[in-house]
Amino acid sequence: MATATPDAPPLAPAPAKRPPRRRGRWTPYWLLLPGLLWLFVFFALPMVYQASTSVQTGSLEEGYKVTWHFATYWDALADYWPQFLRSVLYAGAATILCLILGYPLAYLIAFRAGRWRNLIMILVIAPFFTSFLIRTLAWKTILADGGPVVGALNSLHVLDVTSWLGITAGDRVLATPLAVVCGLTYNFLPFMILPLYTSLERIDGRLHEAAGDLYARPFTTFRKVTFPLSMPGVVSGTLLTFIPASGDYVNADLLGSTDTRMIGNVIQTQFLRILDYPTAAALSFILMAAILVMVTLYIRKSGTEDLV
Amino acid sequence: MTSTDHGGDVRLSGISKTYGSFTAVHPLDLTVPQGSFFALLGASGCGKTTTLRMIAGLEEPSSGTVFLGDQEVTNLPPYKRPVNTVFQSYALFPHLDIFENVAFGLRRRGIKSVKKQVEDMLELVQLGEQARKKPHQLSGGQQQRVAVARALINTPRVLLLDEPLGALDLKLRRQMQLELKRIQTEVGITFVHVTHDQEEAMTMADTVAVMNAGRVEQLGSPADLYENPHTTFVANFLGTSNLIEAEVDARSGDEIVLRAGGGKLLLPEARCSAPTRTGGKVLVGVRPEKISLTHADDAGDIPAGRNRITGKIAATSFIGVSTQYVIDSPVCPEFEVYVQNIDRDARLAPGAEVVLHWNPAHTFGLDADQDIEAGVGTVDEEAAV
Amino acid sequence: MAFVNSIGRWLKSHFVVIAGLFTLGYLLLPNVVVTVFSFNKPKGRFNYAWQQFSTDAWRDPCGVADLCGSLSLSLRIAFWATIGATVLGTMIAFALVRYRFRARGAVNSLIFLPMAMPEVVMAASLLTLFLNLGAQLGFWTILIAHVMFCLSFVVVAVKARVMSMDPRLEEAARDLYAGPVQTFVRVTLPIVAPGIAAGALLAFALSFDDFIITNFTAGSTVTFPMFVWGSAQRGTPVQINVIGTAMFLIAVLFVLTGMVIGNRRNRQKSA
Repeated sequence: MATATPDAPPLAPAPAKRPPRRRGRWTPYWLLLPGLLWLFVFFALPMVYQASTSVQTGSLEEGYKVTWHFATYWDALADYWPQFLRSVLYAGAATILCLILGYPLAYLIAFRAGRWRNLIMILVIAPFFTSFLIRTLAWKTILADGGPVVGALNSLHVLDVTSWLGITAGDRVLATPLAVVCGLTYNFLPFMILPLYTSLERIDGRLHEAAGDLYARPFTTFRKVTFPLSMPGVVSGTLLTFIPASGDYVNADLLGSTDTRMIGNVIQTQFLRILDYPTAAALSFILMAAILVMVTLYIRKSGTEDLV
Repeated sequence: MTSTDHGGDVRLSGISKTYGSFTAVHPLDLTVPQGSFFALLGASGCGKTTTLRMIAGLEEPSSGTVFLGDQEVTNLPPYKRPVNTVFQSYALFPHLDIFENVAFGLRRRGIKSVKKQVEDMLELVQLGEQARKKPHQLSGGQQQRVAVARALINTPRVLLLDEPLGALDLKLRRQMQLELKRIQTEVGITFVHVTHDQEEAMTMADTVAVMNAGRVEQLGSPADLYENPHTTFVANFLGTSNLIEAEVDARSGDEIVLRAGGGKLLLPEARCSAPTRTGGKVLVGVRPEKISLTHADDAGDIPAGRNRITGKIAATSFIGVSTQYVIDSPVCPEFEVYVQNIDRDARLAPGAEVVLHWNPAHTFGLDADQDIEAGVGTVDEEAAV
Repeated sequence: MAFVNSIGRWLKSHFVVIAGLFTLGYLLLPNVVVTVFSFNKPKGRFNYAWQQFSTDAWRDPCGVADLCGSLSLSLRIAFWATIGATVLGTMIAFALVRYRFRARGAVNSLIFLPMAMPEVVMAASLLTLFLNLGAQLGFWTILIAHVMFCLSFVVVAVKARVMSMDPRLEEAARDLYAGPVQTFVRVTLPIVAPGIAAGALLAFALSFDDFIITNFTAGSTVTFPMFVWGSAQRGTPVQINVIGTAMFLIAVLFVLTGMVIGNRRNRQKSA
């Protein structure tokens, strides 16, 4: 299974017929080989298997055969377009919320925290060490029906507005789109804060003074100097948030209802419960293609090519 | 160390280095005698550092051989050569303290009891107190001394210094120049020093090789290079030179008579590095501080037998010890003259007509086929980086 | 009026601080809840509503069937996945920074793509591979998957460190009589070590906390996150909160101790 296919020449350099002229010529290939082989066999090759599975027909009992049955894709799209749409909307909303919530905190750590900087950094990272499933379950308690949060939102008539918008239902927050987006935002917020902080921290504090010296008000300074300079962080932060959020099914499952199912939920159920492998593979393939196209366009547009 | 010991000689014969189609160093022959302080001087990218790295073994020559004394080391890896380097920006190991940095070479050669040696060496560079600090806790000058100590403790046959003072400010650099010179005299090891700073090369080295575009342009003592440059590059790179295009008119004894503009100039034949056919072109050079400036009204007082040129003062700048004049002359549009501020002639202001004159013995002659501007400004560019 | 104005001005100049602390609160609130509810004594099977204070769960953290078994399995998988990903990733990082080789673009994309792919896609495709090969799902398939998705993160962490290392340091070592092996052990490795440690720590955290990919590749094997997932359907024991709280506290203590030691060492050095 580890044979090199023609499209992967760097993985397996042709064996040297004569001893190499200089020591170290093959060193990079030996260093790369095990890791890339691993990625090739367990990342790239599975994509091929998945593509092949998606055009197979058959049943679990009789086995599957490649019949180039592309209709699976159309059926999958026709059946599950609402879940696709929901994934993009929820992930998009969570990404924007992460940016709005994460930017002030990243800014605070980078420029205003002083000697508290390390402590705040620890507090941002430390929750990672509690399993994210446990933390997501805690939102069930926080957003519980009749709990203090829901009570407060209710008495401020916020829930009336959100219900009218269709993102909550009645006086419940749990099992609504709001709860799912809230959970997604929470789960991926650190992935927004850390790259934002990294790019903000590189900005020379004197630039703020220079902008102020050149008649820019604080907000103008932010809009014309700080924010543009933090763009690399914004780009990688939004990518690191949007991509995993769009494929997530944990938040929709734990905090949502059957009306908030995202595409991840569908793939998971098709694969692990219904065992309809072709449909699941097709859905996963569509998700992958959609993400790749979106990411490529986004990176092109924002002009940050060197993210690795 | 005696002068008959050749163990510390560095002999390069025909070494060159090419990267693809780019030639960093053209085939080069060079001998650095035991115990001398040798400087490779040139602008960035001239091949001086590559040459040094080939001696250290960090770069493999494309052709040629490297000898240390009688031993050929061309194919020896750096860790087997009795040569040590003081790197540009020092390359002190950030994870080791000063003591361990200095002890590094001894330990790698399997020497067990290093304490005494390291302490003595740290005393020599006056860093005994700092032994347990990390490099980043020291000042630039202290780091520089650690780098020297770390190399010298191995008593190499040759010490290579790659722009060792480049990162220091002017005052500290002056101080370290003297310090390095003192250490070199004390230990008697051959020093090969790479620098782009002509003043540094001239103050420290016994012998300077001026490099340009992968070749050695001229080799000699600092005074020799300055007083009698053989190429326009050396003339312009080392200090400032006024170069005039002239035509060979005749010879009289040991001197060549040249015509430039309307006047005549004398040039000692021994100081001319160019072929001198009658009617042929030669570049005549003279250093700005060798020239005297006399107001045109007093031209009659100038003694006979001196080279003279007339012109008009275009600009003056007063810099304390001297005043620098730029003279607009028919033979050379921007003639520079430095005059010591002993008796200042108030008439020498911009616009004044003047006569420039100097002793013909200070004149030098260069081949007129060269670029007259070669080496101009290269030093300033480097300094600005 | 002046009072209102001055409040307004105070809010304006401290807007960033207030908004930042709000976000910090949002991030930490669930941990507070997890901690508080680790002292709960729930009535039913689910630990979502506060009933009464109790330290029962803290006194018997392994009192639920399979919980500590799954925890130890997760730790074992995270340990081996960290070692595998760190070794392979470090090798790749060195090759990328230090050597020239062909098809660099293809190599870079193969490393970048796993980070730009939703987990569920990698999980689903890996499962098709395992199904097609007829592999027995369990410890080994989980480990394989974890090494795969941790690898790229290690590469990024180590690569940054190797890139920022002055190549002259290694030249200096070679110049000072250190052969290739000595140079690597005495100079390169110690200087790159923080990058490798960061990559390893990241890999451990990613592997230990991974649910989606594990869910697809585990078969009937139960890691700690899968135990929590299962309990979300069947009933959440308080012990989950105990373990979550303990891990949080251990992590914070660990980091704080490291910081204190680091500070003290710096102070001693500069004194």
